[in-house]
Amino acid sequence: MAAGVATWMPFARAAAVGWLPLAQQTMPKPPVDKTSRSDEILFVNVSGLRFQTWKNTLDRYPDTLLGSSEKEFFYNEETQEYFFDRDPEMFRHILNFFRTGKLHYPRHECIQAFEEELAFYGIIPEIIGDCCMEEYRDRKKENQERLAEDTEAENAGDAPLPPDATLRDKLWRAFENPHTSTMALVFYYVTGFFIAVSVIANVVETVPCRPLKGSIKDLPCGEKFSVAFSCLDTACVLIFSCEYLMRLYAAPSRCDFARSVMSVIDVVAILPFYIGLIMPENEEVSGAFVTLRVFRVFRIFKFSRHSQGLRILGCTLQACASELGFLLFSLTMAVIIFATVMFYAEKGTKGTTFSSIPASFWYTIVTMTTLGYGDMVPDSIAGKIFGSICSLSGVLVIALPVPVIVSNFARIYHQNQRADKMRAQQKVRQARIRMAKKGATNAFLQHKEDGGLQGGDSDSTAFCVKNRSAFEHQHHHLLQCLEKTTNHEFTDEVTYSEVCMMDSMGFRTSRSTSLSSQQGSTTTCCSRRAKRRAIRLANSTVSVSRGSVQELDTLHVTKTPVGTQYPQSRSSLNARTGDLKLNCTDYTAAIISIPTPPANSPDESLPNSPAIPGILRNSRSSIYNTQETVKISSL
Amino acid sequence: MGVVLGTFSVHTKQVDYRRRDKIDDELEMTMVCHRPEGLEQLEAQTNFTKRELQILYRGFKNECPSGVVNEETFKHIYAQFFPHGDASTYAHYLFNAFDTTSNGSIKFEEFVMGLSTLLRGTLRDKLEWTFHLYDINNDGYINREEMTEIVRAIYDMMGKYTYPALKGDVPKQHVDAFFQKMDKNKNGVVTLEEFIVACQEDEMMMRSMQLFENVM
Repeated sequence: MAAGVATWMPFARAAAVGWLPLAQQTMPKPPVDKTSRSDEILFVNVSGLRFQTWKNTLDRYPDTLLGSSEKEFFYNEETQEYFFDRDPEMFRHILNFFRTGKLHYPRHECIQAFEEELAFYGIIPEIIGDCCMEEYRDRKKENQERLAEDTEAENAGDAPLPPDATLRDKLWRAFENPHTSTMALVFYYVTGFFIAVSVIANVVETVPCRPLKGSIKDLPCGEKFSVAFSCLDTACVLIFSCEYLMRLYAAPSRCDFARSVMSVIDVVAILPFYIGLIMPENEEVSGAFVTLRVFRVFRIFKFSRHSQGLRILGCTLQACASELGFLLFSLTMAVIIFATVMFYAEKGTKGTTFSSIPASFWYTIVTMTTLGYGDMVPDSIAGKIFGSICSLSGVLVIALPVPVIVSNFARIYHQNQRADKMRAQQKVRQARIRMAKKGATNAFLQHKEDGGLQGGDSDSTAFCVKNRSAFEHQHHHLLQCLEKTTNHEFTDEVTYSEVCMMDSMGFRTSRSTSLSSQQGSTTTCCSRRAKRRAIRLANSTVSVSRGSVQELDTLHVTKTPVGTQYPQSRSSLNARTGDLKLNCTDYTAAIISIPTPPANSPDESLPNSPAIPGILRNSRSSIYNTQETVKISSL
Repeated sequence: MGVVLGTFSVHTKQVDYRRRDKIDDELEMTMVCHRPEGLEQLEAQTNFTKRELQILYRGFKNECPSGVVNEETFKHIYAQFFPHGDASTYAHYLFNAFDTTSNGSIKFEEFVMGLSTLLRGTLRDKLEWTFHLYDINNDGYINREEMTEIVRAIYDMMGKYTYPALKGDVPKQHVDAFFQKMDKNKNGVVTLEEFIVACQEDEMMMRSMQLFENVM
């Protein structure tokens, strides 16, 4: 239960008087408030700095350390104060949270220290007010990234391998972190060298060399020294192939490796050679073969393994793809518009170079980027006019916004990232706060299951019921009053849907309804102090025992103040009050005509087969050391 | 109680920085700072001790620093107690019941007077308060429609997931039962006297009434 609504509890309870004329059952007894109602000032000593506050202020948030009885552990009898050996500066903020209901993040504090304090005092950071939330999130993200980097760097290569590393692991490590061993370093440099050699060879083989003796025409070096170049190429390809295969072998996850960008580059770099080997030497396909050679230039991308900067550039381009795409799109729009206009303007001219709109694209682009090659020039007056408009707008469209785009790009990029972050985290944050709230909602249901419904029997109450604050007691009492007024009970979603399903299957639930509504008097008002388990009855045994399972009345587990009464009748199942652990055997003895011991799994829900003779309530809660109850309705 | 309310005058210090505009209404709410009259006077008018009034006021002031509660805040607060269902309708009626001056906001005096009646008042006072809660249009009679509204609002607070499931027109049945009990002369409306008499005959209710004595 959140915030300062604890203050309003007396009001809500008083307003419950309005339900009384409508109620058809008696109201349950209110919880006895043992603590004195008068407010007092508490002293809290945090490492020597003394704070004073009203007790009610701290009681506002009963699920924190200061609001619950946990603070009693820190009470110092001699000095009559609560002593905490924590940071007094931080405590100021914590206490302000109790006072005002809003948690602020002090900007000058370390984020981790702040979080630790919050964790100590039992406050979830999601409660931080909106005014400070963004700052908090940013700092936290920064911190986490820095920590992640540090741990990554730690783990990355320098830690020694475990002694039982296989050859694969060693190989992979050598590939990924070349500086770990000399061999790896050597390999790294050798491959780098060969990449450079291969790229240079590709470039040089197109340079014209002096012609062979007896011929005048210049030959490209590739043809003059074709043997040398092809040997070089073969050697490089062999080395790259070996490297790729070794990496493939060493990779811990081959599929992921095969899909990664670097491996694709590797494959593309060596593929043309192999394709060239396979393909026959004839004129038709040699053109295509030549094209394939172009792909050899991709070997230069292999350098990105050797260069951090290239990798970062690649990532950046990848990340701002949307902005670049938009720029491209707007440019395309302008190009199409002007090309169309120029084409139609120049249509009349004889011998014009603007033969079609696509042909005009070239003119538009050259003009707009202010290149102006001059290979296509408009002749007609209209063409010249539009041509000049085109070049002017080119200046505006491209030259001016480019710096703006570049600077906007950085801003928008960060902003978008932050907005998405905020959105994603907002959802998570809201989900967590909702979960905490739901905890409160479910707390009442759990409280019922724990048997909070019995009257004020102090022995057993102290025994079994969880230690709850006065506030929670009052709140649960209030909810019980509402239940009594309306004659209906609160349940959770699962039970509700089950009941609906069972109804639709035609089971008579009226009996259970009538029995459950007979909870008027407080003694038989069942002390459902137990977790309800779903008892799964095996289908086979059910069908066999169907004859005997004729009528299972509603079995209530009621509390007996004294003694141990073993189940005598079908209609009531009395359990021992002092018994905290229920073993299965009790139940099998108790539940007559269920031949099989109940298969327990608290979290399993009921299988929806019509053969099941009863409705059993599911329990949702975590493990309690309490008794079990079975509520089985009749067929 | 109406007489009591009529006799005491409220000293309000309203700080008006803006003109009374519809648009500025909300802003005005935050600008308005209401200070209640003195502790002694309130002590005289209610059945609370000074200490209790102090505690009440400190809590009230903390939650509503401006000194008044408007309906939205009220609904929000009340909804926190009933997370399962929708408490806004009932909170609306409750708000009207507390807001005796019907000006759309509850001041501390109204709040404390209401609490005093409910917690420390005589039986007749409590029943009268409840009657005024049910009598939505304040005409002195509770008719079926008003009662149905109230009952529906209460059932709304239960939410969807109840056991047994809410089937059929349960509120209507509830209202019928209520009228059967309360409406003695069967004229379709319940007057204050009928209400009080019928309630006093209902032992169960009388017992329940006693339970809420020691809430403070």
